[in-house]
Amino acid sequence: MSGNSWSRAEIAERLAQDIPDGAYMNLGIGLPTLVSNYLPSDREIILHTENGMLGMGPEASAGHIDPDLINAGKIPVTELPGASYFHHGDSFGMMRGGHLDVCVLGAFQVSQTGDLANWSTGAPDAIPAVGGAMDLAIGAKSVYVMMELASKSGVSKLVDVCTYPVTGIGCVTRLYTDRAIFDLGPAGATVIELVGDTTVDELRELTGLTLHTSNERL
Amino acid sequence: MISKISESAAAALADIADGSTIMIGGFGLAGQPVQLIDALLEQGASDLTVVSNNAGNGDTGLAALIGSKRVKKIICSFPRQVDSYIFDALYRAGEIELELVPQGNLAERIRAAGAGIGAFFTPTGFGTTLAEGKETRVINGRDYVLEHPIFADFALISAYRADRLGNLTYRKTSRNFGPIMASAAAVSVAQVDRIVPLGDLDPEAVVTPGIFVNRVVETGDRFEKEEWADVR
Repeated sequence: MSGNSWSRAEIAERLAQDIPDGAYMNLGIGLPTLVSNYLPSDREIILHTENGMLGMGPEASAGHIDPDLINAGKIPVTELPGASYFHHGDSFGMMRGGHLDVCVLGAFQVSQTGDLANWSTGAPDAIPAVGGAMDLAIGAKSVYVMMELASKSGVSKLVDVCTYPVTGIGCVTRLYTDRAIFDLGPAGATVIELVGDTTVDELRELTGLTLHTSNERL
Repeated sequence: MISKISESAAAALADIADGSTIMIGGFGLAGQPVQLIDALLEQGASDLTVVSNNAGNGDTGLAALIGSKRVKKIICSFPRQVDSYIFDALYRAGEIELELVPQGNLAERIRAAGAGIGAFFTPTGFGTTLAEGKETRVINGRDYVLEHPIFADFALISAYRADRLGNLTYRKTSRNFGPIMASAAAVSVAQVDRIVPLGDLDPEAVVTPGIFVNRVVETGDRFEKEEWADVR
């Protein structure tokens, strides 16, 4: 940690501590895959990949690549004892049917009531692509987002109302950022943990949101 | 005697007509029916609608088919990839129509077609631009979008082993869209590494029962092929 913010790895490390023993979890493409590096070794956590596998292991090393065994990012991976394979209909049924415990996603924007925008910036010349983003957004009992709180230009990505096209409505339950952790819901965003010497007032200034707090320490 | 064995990929696809809807299995390269796509390219049918998760990589396979301008429309979830330049160019030029579908809705619409479902309500996509204009309903307090099945004239899929009745097994994550696409097409064609004698497949291990499969083509062991070179 430097001063009052976490690195991406530190966000992932912190998030990993909140995944309970026995959880079935899906990690979205990109930033969320970092979480797998920090899962506590004394917990058994089963990873789901949308292209049809439970019990996914680490990325395959050179010389052990099986072209038939890839993850949602199309990267060669490995299987762990107890793994299983299934077709796309079943795989997305697992999500939609509420069988996954946790899904971790990246985001362009998250609203204080849990709307998610992570599939399109709405740029008119962009090639649209959605993949499993909308399915994952509504596809787990808990949907966690990890992202930096502010964009590179310093604008808050936790917002009142998403200005990018939404992926799902009211779907994000918790937001892990480099400055703080928030619970999101119909009543708005609640700060549940601060990074370093970050203050709630700083967060209110950055986000322009009311922000509730969860305990006296905050 | 039943035999669904075709002597070649070309023979298996000979009767694909212009204007057909073709499902193509695979997620990235895993499960992509490479020899069948090549045969479709050779076969020459045009004005096609393709249903596939992606819109091709590089300049071979599905990308080559799209590049030949014989695909008028693609129904898929994730066309944009680092090497989808052929699709990207045609899309920007307005020369190919795109129906973008969330991946789970794509899978369920295909599954529904094979399972005789008239339409279904799904929570995925509710409130997003991809659900605009679609019927919605609140069921038990949750918002749903009405989605319709996707049928095809042909499904081209890749499996691991087959017997002459068309029973199929798969390998690992190459299974992906294979089983549901096989059920959703009037004619389902599977390329497999090897066709084995009847009775050699453990009935408990069959993933796609032969009733869903019309034609099987033996294309040889996949790991000896050059197209894996980049992946390795």
